[in-house]
Amino acid sequence: MPDLRYEAPGSLADAVRMLAAAGGPTRILAGGTDVIVQMETDLIEPELLIDIKKIPGLHTITAENGGFRIGAAVSAMKMMDHAALCATHPGIIEGVKLIGSIQVKGRATVAGNLCNASPGADSVPPMITAGAIARVTGPNGSRDVPVEQIPVAPGKTSLAKDEIIESFFLPALPRNSGGAYQRFTPRTEMDIAVVGVAVNLTLDGAGVCTAARVALGAVGPTVVVSDECAQALIGTKVDEAALEKLAAAASAACRPIDDKRGTKEFRIKVAAVLARRVAQQALERARHIA
Amino acid sequence: MSRKHHVTTTVNGDEYEFLCETQQTVLDVLRDELMLTGTKEGCATGDCGACSVMVDGTLVCSCLMLAVEAEGKKIDTIEGMAADDELHPLQRKFLELNGLQCGICTPGILIAARALLERNPDPTETEVRYWLAGNLCRCTGYDKVIRSVLTAAAEMRGA
Repeated sequence: MPDLRYEAPGSLADAVRMLAAAGGPTRILAGGTDVIVQMETDLIEPELLIDIKKIPGLHTITAENGGFRIGAAVSAMKMMDHAALCATHPGIIEGVKLIGSIQVKGRATVAGNLCNASPGADSVPPMITAGAIARVTGPNGSRDVPVEQIPVAPGKTSLAKDEIIESFFLPALPRNSGGAYQRFTPRTEMDIAVVGVAVNLTLDGAGVCTAARVALGAVGPTVVVSDECAQALIGTKVDEAALEKLAAAASAACRPIDDKRGTKEFRIKVAAVLARRVAQQALERARHIA
Repeated sequence: MSRKHHVTTTVNGDEYEFLCETQQTVLDVLRDELMLTGTKEGCATGDCGACSVMVDGTLVCSCLMLAVEAEGKKIDTIEGMAADDELHPLQRKFLELNGLQCGICTPGILIAARALLERNPDPTETEVRYWLAGNLCRCTGYDKVIRSVLTAAAEMRGA
């Protein structure tokens, strides 16, 4: 067992300096619900853990430009307990609620769920469809990166060695917008998505969809953001014909693997069923959330 | 050898100091250093909930938290649940209604159930089942666990 160092820097600049100076494998420690399990099961053998929870400002959810900024160390539970966030972004909260047990949600963070880069991460599709932007900080300052550009392959992200996600920005949603997320699992709790679908859409005064985003989880190496799915909804009243087109586009967008959770064929079929259901739920919310 | 960390933490209202390696979890330290063995290890990977404790009022798996992260935190374990000689209503109902068999999962379930009732004194059966989804029991089939929690909740509400 190599020497395992633990550092808990008091500032982002110090955290970035430690990352840059690290010679061996290093992990950021936020909730630890993936990192500690991966250490325990010998999937990773880091030499340095950088705990970001002592950095001021990373624990808060704050209002910003009509939307929210969520610190990288904010737990899933804290998001679920935030009434204003739950009211405007029910789709994200649906994803966050599915991350694991109550115990796991007491520690786990959305930043960790994203950086673990599992294709089945439940919070990622609804963050993407809500237009969430990650603020990535490195030695040369910060850059804002759409969430969908962070994972690049299972277990791999686009972050440089000395970069760290500091927070997420959730932009204000236009009037008459709604979002939802659902996944398919054999069990109702404590399971990993076989397929997950998130939809966000916006209606005009006449009930016509003017904007839509659709993201499919667990049907490719990273979350699939499907423009074809979005186009199936835009310009329609999300009626039966539009839902039929959406379902076909969702199946066509899938690039799944066969594994113990489901076959390719099953995932392709379930993606269509879920896309339809989730779009209907997002539509209901867009009609009722002003 | 890695440098040991000096950690000060509060467990069940008492201040403790200990030395730990980075790899040691809160669960390891509770059981092996502080000899508070009421908290159990089931899976050590956050799946079974047997190691559930409260940290600063939040329900967590103590196997998924490093002991060094406990610096300055307030931890509550099963050892602090009864008030002196008087059992907590949840503990009493689990005994009366046979909410346990072998008992390994019971401390974790009691801690988790208390956390639920603090947030929601009048949960539905479905709410109890979902809240306790992260606490696995291989003996009871869960039904007596759920009955025990619901009955204790009713008693605590004075219903």
